[in-house]
Order: sequence, then structure tokens, then C-alpha cells
Amino acid sequence: MIRSEILKEIAPILRDKLVVCNIGLPSQELHLIDDQPSNFYMLGTMGLSSSIGLGLALSQPKTVISIDGDGSVLTNLGTLPTIANNVADNYILLIIDNGSYGSTGDQPTYAGLKTSLTRVAEACGCENVVECDASETASVLQQAIDSGKMTIIVSKCESGNIKVPVITMDPVVIRDRFMKAVQSS
Amino acid sequence: MSVNKKIVSDLVANQIGFVTTVPCKQLAGVIEEIDASDEIYHIPANKEDEGMGLCAGAFMGGKRPAIIMQNTAIGVTINTLVTLTQFYRMPLPMLISYRGELGEPVACQVEMAVHTKALLAQLNIPTYHFHREEDVEELDAILKHTFMCNKPVAILTDAAFWKGY
Repeated sequence: MIRSEILKEIAPILRDKLVVCNIGLPSQELHLIDDQPSNFYMLGTMGLSSSIGLGLALSQPKTVISIDGDGSVLTNLGTLPTIANNVADNYILLIIDNGSYGSTGDQPTYAGLKTSLTRVAEACGCENVVECDASETASVLQQAIDSGKMTIIVSKCESGNIKVPVITMDPVVIRDRFMKAVQSS
Repeated sequence: MSVNKKIVSDLVANQIGFVTTVPCKQLAGVIEEIDASDEIYHIPANKEDEGMGLCAGAFMGGKRPAIIMQNTAIGVTINTLVTLTQFYRMPLPMLISYRGELGEPVACQVEMAVHTKALLAQLNIPTYHFHREEDVEELDAILKHTFMCNKPVAILTDAAFWKGY
């Protein structure tokens, strides 16, 4: 499975959750598959999906799912100790780990070589770290939501992209409708 | 009231409840006050751009954020300031230690000091410079201004303001 196939499978689970989605193809794919006001699309700033999601989860009670990639987590590796030490049980970090920088032409990342992000997350002090095969992502994600415990999911999938249009929505519109979704009951 | 207590009391009076910090020797006292405050969630960040991501999330979650960092962090955070904070029009007060000004003992700090105001000007970031202790009296108005205009705003605090360190 590739990332877009995972996103298609988990879209029904994401629909009524607050989702912070990584820059580039992940956001473009999610936007194409199931655009929701409760999706915050990152149009820039590689690496900060997990940080934005954690700040959001610590500031309000709804479940927050940050969708990140292995390359972006490697860019902002300092995020994992911060997550481990600031537990928000309404927070799930879903790392879609295809071992490559998908948006820039599938160059390999170190996560696809010797580095295990699962073990890095554990070494940083994260308590619920689940590594799964791409095909198990939906059930693992649902279990993590049901557990009510902060969870880091590392979903191992294949490298590959589908053709998707860029997001042309204005960033302030994305932010405004997202904040309204945060505030809605 | 000490300058550190005054700063934290102004943050609290402006409903700032989420503060991320990356330490600097000059900021040690104010960070200690932040940590001791029951009204502020203090979340130390490992790097300042990470901190700005946390602040963006907190803002969208309904909390007013702030970041406390050294001026060297301007070099670290330009992309985040431009493509996250400014692009999505989010407010962010940045209390910044202005290292490399008069009284600075570390020569390397001057290298970033000479670029600090130029970079902030290039980024069109409203910038205030606290040099004398009484300059802190403007902090309340600066915070109100920040959340009025939804922009990142820099408050540079130099060694003279902190009376050495």
C-alpha cells in the first residue's frame, strides 16, 4: 500500500476528528479524498505537523490526529521528546513511514535505512508507540482513539504517489474554517 | 515588582495561557516565573521553530500563545514565521533576548545582533526594543497590539534592560 491508499482507508475515521496534515502530497491527497473543515492543511513549514497537533491537543479537549511522514519527523526530531514529556491523551501522531521524501521525488530517508522511528519515539519516552503494516492502519488508529491514551503510530508503507492538484484554498480560509470546527460542539 | 514578575503578570492579564521557551541566560528569571505560574502552560521546546508550531496549534485551540527565545532564533525561524505564522495570519508575541548588544561578553553573539533588526524589518515584523527597565511599561500595549493585528511581534530585550546578567 502507498500513502494515498492509507488515507482513503482512514478517511471515514478522520472525518469527525481534528486533523493536522503534513505539507505537500499528504495534504493534497487528503484534500482530494475527503476535504473537511476539520482538516488543517499545511501549505508550508515542513516538519511542524506534530508540533501544531500537540499544541492544539493541549489547548482543547477534542481528539487531534497529526498526520506526519518519516521525512518530516526526521526534520523536526526534537518533537518526540516534547510529545513524550507533555502528555495529551486526546493526541495521536500518525507517522506514515514510506522510507522516502515522497513530495520531492521519493529520495530515501534514513527511516527507510537503519533508523527506526518507532524505537526513536520509545527512546524519547513516548509510552504508547505502535508500529504496524499499512494495511492495519485503520484498525490501529481506531484502537488508539478508543484507548483515550496519547499514541504514536508508525505505519510502514510503500513509497509512491498519485497525481493530485495543489491546494489553492487561501491559508486564512483554511485556518478560519478549521478554528470554527474546533469551536463547534 | 521585579521585571520578571511584571512581564509574567502582563502575559496573564492578556490571557496568554500557553508559553513555549528555549532558554537564554538573560531569560532565565522570566522562564522561572513562567514555570511557576499556575495560569500558564509552560512547554519548553527543543528548537524555536518547533515552539512556533506548538504556538500555532495552541492558538487554533483557543489559547493565546507566546514564545520566549534568543535573537539567534530569528535565523532558525524565518521559514516558520513566513509560511506558518504570517501566511495563516496568527498572532505571536515573541519575547526575545537581544544578545550581542552593549555589555555582551561573547563576541560571537554580536554576529547575529548586527542582523537581528534588519531581518525583522525585512520580514515586516513589528519590533520593539526594551533598553531601559521602564520600557517594560509598554509590554501590556504591545501584547494587546499583537492580538489585535494577528501578527508575530518582536520584543527585543537587551543586556542593559536586564541590567547585565
